[in-house]
Amino acid sequence: MAAEEPKSEKGYDDDDDDDDDDETKSVSVNVLFFARARDLTGKSVVSLKIPCGSSAGSTMERLLCMFPRLQEICKSMLLAINEEYADESTLLKHGDELAIIPPLSGG
Amino acid sequence: MERRAIEEEINKLQVEKLRIESRIISLQSQLNQNGQQKQLDDKNLSGWKTTSSPPYGDHGLSKELIYRYSRHLLLPDFGIQGQANLLNSSILVVGAGGLGSPVALYLAACGVGRLGIVDNDIVELNNLQRQIIHTEAFIGKHKVESAAAACRAINSTIDVIEHKGALLAVNALDIISKYDVVVDATDNIPTRYMINDGCVLLNKPLVSGAALGLEGQLTIYHYNGGPCYRCLFPTPPPTSACQRCSDSGVLGVVPGIIGCLQALEAIKLASSVGVSLSGRMLLFDALSARIRTVKIRERSLNCDACGENPIFTKKLFRSFDYENFTETPIFDLSCENLMLLSKEARGSSNEYEELLNNGKPHVLLDVRPAHHFQIASLPNSINIPLPNIEKELFTIDSALKEIGQCKETDSLYVICRRGNDSQIAVQILHQNGYSTAKDLIGGLISWANLVNCDFPIY
Ligand SMILES: [Zn+2]
Repeated sequence: MAAEEPKSEKGYDDDDDDDDDDETKSVSVNVLFFARARDLTGKSVVSLKIPCGSSAGSTMERLLCMFPRLQEICKSMLLAINEEYADESTLLKHGDELAIIPPLSGG
Repeated sequence: MERRAIEEEINKLQVEKLRIESRIISLQSQLNQNGQQKQLDDKNLSGWKTTSSPPYGDHGLSKELIYRYSRHLLLPDFGIQGQANLLNSSILVVGAGGLGSPVALYLAACGVGRLGIVDNDIVELNNLQRQIIHTEAFIGKHKVESAAAACRAINSTIDVIEHKGALLAVNALDIISKYDVVVDATDNIPTRYMINDGCVLLNKPLVSGAALGLEGQLTIYHYNGGPCYRCLFPTPPPTSACQRCSDSGVLGVVPGIIGCLQALEAIKLASSVGVSLSGRMLLFDALSARIRTVKIRERSLNCDACGENPIFTKKLFRSFDYENFTETPIFDLSCENLMLLSKEARGSSNEYEELLNNGKPHVLLDVRPAHHFQIASLPNSINIPLPNIEKELFTIDSALKEIGQCKETDSLYVICRRGNDSQIAVQILHQNGYSTAKDLIGGLISWANLVNCDFPIY
C-alpha cells in the first residue's frame, strides 16, 4: 500500500518504501519538519510507514536512520502530534501528523 | 524654418523642460523638509504634553488621549479599561531589529505608558530591508536612539526609555525589574536563555518571538503557570543549529509579521484583554502561507529555572556564563573564527592578488552555496558548494588538467564568504590527496576589504 500523499508541500517525498508490507501491522504518518530540521533533511514533510503502535520516540529513531543529520537537533526540539503536545512515549495512529520543531533563534 | 531645425529646437526645449522640472521637484522637496522640521520645532516648543487637559472621569484619560485612542475605546472587548491599563503599564522590548521594529512602533502607537528599548547595535544599511523602525538618516547611529526617535515621533505622550548597550547577566535584572512585560526580540540563543531566566526570577511574562529565513515562531513563557523557555529546551541546541539572519538570510516581512504578533500579545497582557498564547506555540511558514498553533508541554517540575527546586538565584544569574552554557557568542562577530588549518595551508588576499598580477596559472575553487555565488564571484573561479566537494572532485581534476597540473599542485586555492567553510574544504581536499591546496584567509569579505573595494559585500 502506498504511503498517504501529503498535499502540495515542498520537498514531498514518497519513496520511503518500507519493507513491512503487511497492511495490518503498519500505519502511515506524515512527519513535518520545521526550522533547522527542514535544513537538515532538505524536506518540509515526509510520509512514513511505521509499525502499528510506534511511539514518537521510535519514529524519531527511524527518522535518524533516514536523515542522520537530524542528530544535531534531537536533544533540543519540540514534538507535536496533530498540533497537540507529544513526548517520546506518545503513540502514533494511522494518518497522524508528527511535527518536529527545533527552536528558531534569529530576529 | 526647416523641418529638421524645428525638430532639433523641440528636442532641445524638451531636455531643458525636463531639467527645469526636476529642479523644481528637488527645490519643492527641500521646502517640504524644512517645513516639516519647522512644524516639528514648533510642536516641540509648544509641547504636546503641556497642552494636555486634566484627566476626565475615573479612568484618568484626558480629552486628548480619549481622541487619540478613540478607535481602541470603541472596541467593546478593549474599551476605556483596556486603554487605561495599557497607559499604566510598562513593556521592555529587548532588541530593536527585525522583530523589535514593529513591536516598538505598535507599542508606542497604542499607548503603552512606559516603553523601554534595549539594543547595543548600530544601524547599518543592510538592516533597513527588515528593520522598519530605522531610516537611512540613522545609519551609523545607535539603534536604540533611532528606535526611540521613531517611537517619540509617533507618540510624544508616552515615556520612551533608551537602554543603550547589550542586555547582559550583570545588568539584566536591574533593567527587567522596571517593567511589567518583557518582549524577547533578540537574535541569539544565549540572550534568549538569559532573558528567560531573568523573567522567571523576577516573575515577568515573556513574549518570545523568533524569525529566520521564511519561518517564524511565537509563544509566551512564564505566564499563568505555563512553561518557560528552559522547560521546553533544557538543553541548548548546538551552535550549528543556531542560524543567524546574517548567515541564512531572512525575508524582511517575516520578522515583521512575528513582531506584529508579539506586539499584539504584549498589548493583550498589558491591558488584561483576551486569551494569551501561553502554553501554545505559533509556527508561521511564509513559503506555504500556513500558520499552525501547537500545544506545548506544561511547566516542568524539574526545570532549572522555574521548577520545584530551581538552581537559579539572582546571585547565580548575575555571574552565569550564558555564552559558555550555549557555546554560542552573544554578538554576531561576522568574521572568521575557525582555525582548522596550519599557516602553510592558508594564503592571504594580498598573496592571491600578487599571484593574479603575475599571471600564474591556478585553480580557484569557490565553495559557497550556488545562490551566494550568483551574487558575486571572482573571475574564473569554479563553484562547488562545500557539501558537494567529494562528489565533484573530477571537476577539480579537469580544471587542474587544463592548466597542466596534477593533484599535488600548489596552484589550488579555495575561497568562501568569510574564510570558515574554505578551511573545511581544504581539509577535505587534503584528505583526498590534494596535499597542498590552500584557502584564502577571511574569504571574499577580506578580498573586498584588502584588495578590491568594488567587490560587493553582502
Ligand atoms: Zn521552566
